Amino acid sequence: MSTAAGSGSALTVVVIYPDLLGTYGDGGNGLVLARRAKWRGLDVSLVQAPSDRPVPHGDIYCIGGGEDGPQVRAASTLIADGTLTRAVENGAVVLGVCAGFQLLGREFPDAADRPHEGLGLLDVTTRKGTDLRAVGELVATVGPDSPRGPDGSALPPLTGFENHGGVTTIGPRAFPLARVVTGVGNGGGDGTEGAWTGRVIGTYLHGPVLARNVALADLLLGWALGSRGERRPLIRLEDEEENALRTERLAGAGTVKLSARLLHHQRPRR
Amino acid sequence: MTSLYPAATGRLPFRPSVAVKVASGINRLSRLLGRGSGTVIGGRAGLAVDPMLLAVLAKDRNVALVSGTNGKTTTTGMLVAALSEGDSARVATNTTGANMPAGHVAALIGTRPAGTVVLEVDEAYLGRLIEDTHPQVVVLLNLTRDQLDRISEVRMLVDRWRSVLGRLDPVGHGGSRTVVVANADDPMVVWAASTAPEVRWVGAGQVWHDDAVGCPACGGRIVFEASGSWHCDQCGFGRPDRFAWLEGDVLVLADGRRLPVVIGLPGQFNRANAAMVAVAAPELVGTHGQPPVSIATAVERLAKLHEVAGRFSTVQRKGRDIRLLLAKNPAGWSAIFDLLDESGDATSPVVLSINARVADGFDTSWLWDVPFERLIGRSVVATGERCRDLAVRLRYAEVDHRVVSDVLEAVDLAIGPAGRLSVATTSTPVEFLGNYTAFAHLRSRL
Repeated sequence: MSTAAGSGSALTVVVIYPDLLGTYGDGGNGLVLARRAKWRGLDVSLVQAPSDRPVPHGDIYCIGGGEDGPQVRAASTLIADGTLTRAVENGAVVLGVCAGFQLLGREFPDAADRPHEGLGLLDVTTRKGTDLRAVGELVATVGPDSPRGPDGSALPPLTGFENHGGVTTIGPRAFPLARVVTGVGNGGGDGTEGAWTGRVIGTYLHGPVLARNVALADLLLGWALGSRGERRPLIRLEDEEENALRTERLAGAGTVKLSARLLHHQRPRR
Repeated sequence: MTSLYPAATGRLPFRPSVAVKVASGINRLSRLLGRGSGTVIGGRAGLAVDPMLLAVLAKDRNVALVSGTNGKTTTTGMLVAALSEGDSARVATNTTGANMPAGHVAALIGTRPAGTVVLEVDEAYLGRLIEDTHPQVVVLLNLTRDQLDRISEVRMLVDRWRSVLGRLDPVGHGGSRTVVVANADDPMVVWAASTAPEVRWVGAGQVWHDDAVGCPACGGRIVFEASGSWHCDQCGFGRPDRFAWLEGDVLVLADGRRLPVVIGLPGQFNRANAAMVAVAAPELVGTHGQPPVSIATAVERLAKLHEVAGRFSTVQRKGRDIRLLLAKNPAGWSAIFDLLDESGDATSPVVLSINARVADGFDTSWLWDVPFERLIGRSVVATGERCRDLAVRLRYAEVDHRVVSDVLEAVDLAIGPAGRLSVATTSTPVEFLGNYTAFAHLRSRL
């Protein structure tokens, strides 16, 4: 394959620890990034990185949602490994979802509500909520402090499915990813969903989030190519099926939310 | 099924007797009004009148419970077949797949006081069913991710099972004896069942390992060996000594016996279900003074079972066979893809139907854990209420597909214009794969 990206080696998308953080289908984010790069003629490789091996070099890292125990193990293993933190210092792009979002922050709780150290790549802190678990469709719109693409373009509304018990507070060195229209999001009362700083993004949205929001996928690809010195804009893709899904989800979020709220009452927040 | 309740209320105390009358009456009304069989709504009303109704109805009966993420309905049907000599009416069961307490009440009302009961149990309700029905046998198949917005993550469920099974009466202490028949190849099931006083471990196999890498005992890493055995790399947790195990299509018993598992249902996962049934059936005390069935008899009786609740059945439409397959979660879909590779033509067209109702789970993210890439090269039609989620997944799997929202139109598209196709092409079946309510919807439309 031709190498459209500048540095000669393939653009590398790494899915971190699918064996520990692969519970919620978020591995699909890596696939979406890799396919969208490939369809544009870029030389790309998609690497699944299991937790018993060193984290490989990558341009974009995807971290998914998972269960409490594996989340604690993933965080301590990533801290001991050190590669991800160094990669971010060198301009790598990171997308963390749900448990993967929480462990990018300063601190997150385990099943027994004991705090654990996160990677500190995002200035956020997560604690257990006292309320019910947040389960359901979420729609959020971008604000003035949301991330923008290399060409300055703003993201369209975000759609996804949230399923979490944590409440995340954004510190002074991070910004909200988006503002909740329907759903719970970070849950701290400020109406925010997700957080970002530099080239690191965290969100509670499953779906997977990049399949539901291909503009966010292209933003991450644009950042990664920018880090490699590639300045040409991305070729536009025909996203007919993605757009049809978005239209349906954005229109239907209200009704699904009602059903999800009924579910809330059957299940205590953990 | 209309004259059940006079027999059903015989010799019951006042409150449960009223509860049974209410449940039966509502069920009859529901059937008269054409609102379906009414089993769940009647059972729910009965439980509202008497919350302990399940315990009353199950008293002095020989109960077997079947639970797990995948294969519950099929295994329940298999166990009924294994326990029945031709006449399956002698065994009470929830054949409609209504696997929560209201459905269990309906199943028990229908046949009281018939002695043997086999109940499929939703994973989240296993504890309540064990406490209410004092089962003789509990069959635990497997535990993997499924409906994460409703059921909960695998490890939360495992911990609940573990504490319930740990409270079973020890053998010989005057309580009712419960034998747990558990899949030794699934570390999650083993962790849950290892607290039970009496367990028959069956090496039934478990292809899906993605939810069991983290050790449930210590948080270490579970290592799966090529032999099929497994152990934790940090603590002593590992596969227990097995009472029986599958070697391909042979059931090997620890005492050296070898029984061929030749059954009517397709797929390795159904041979695994059969192995569990073969070990479970002899543990039920026979009713009417009959001796328990032997393992060999149980297996023999499964040869004649070709479908369970419509699953694995074949229907004809426009001169073409349509095989109906149900899969609800990534592990189930992987197993069904194995079945397609094993038994079908590699080019047979496939219709995929996905809904996301309460019984399916509202979140469709799990589609991205299903290896749809395995369908590359087949003609694929996507349908169901969430066909747009499916379409995007198939696009990124680079599987050629068409999208049709109406399920019958989708099936007809897969059948193709019969006149133009050769005999050889029309002889390959169309494979229909749906998740729970999508499968039920197609059956209601055929």
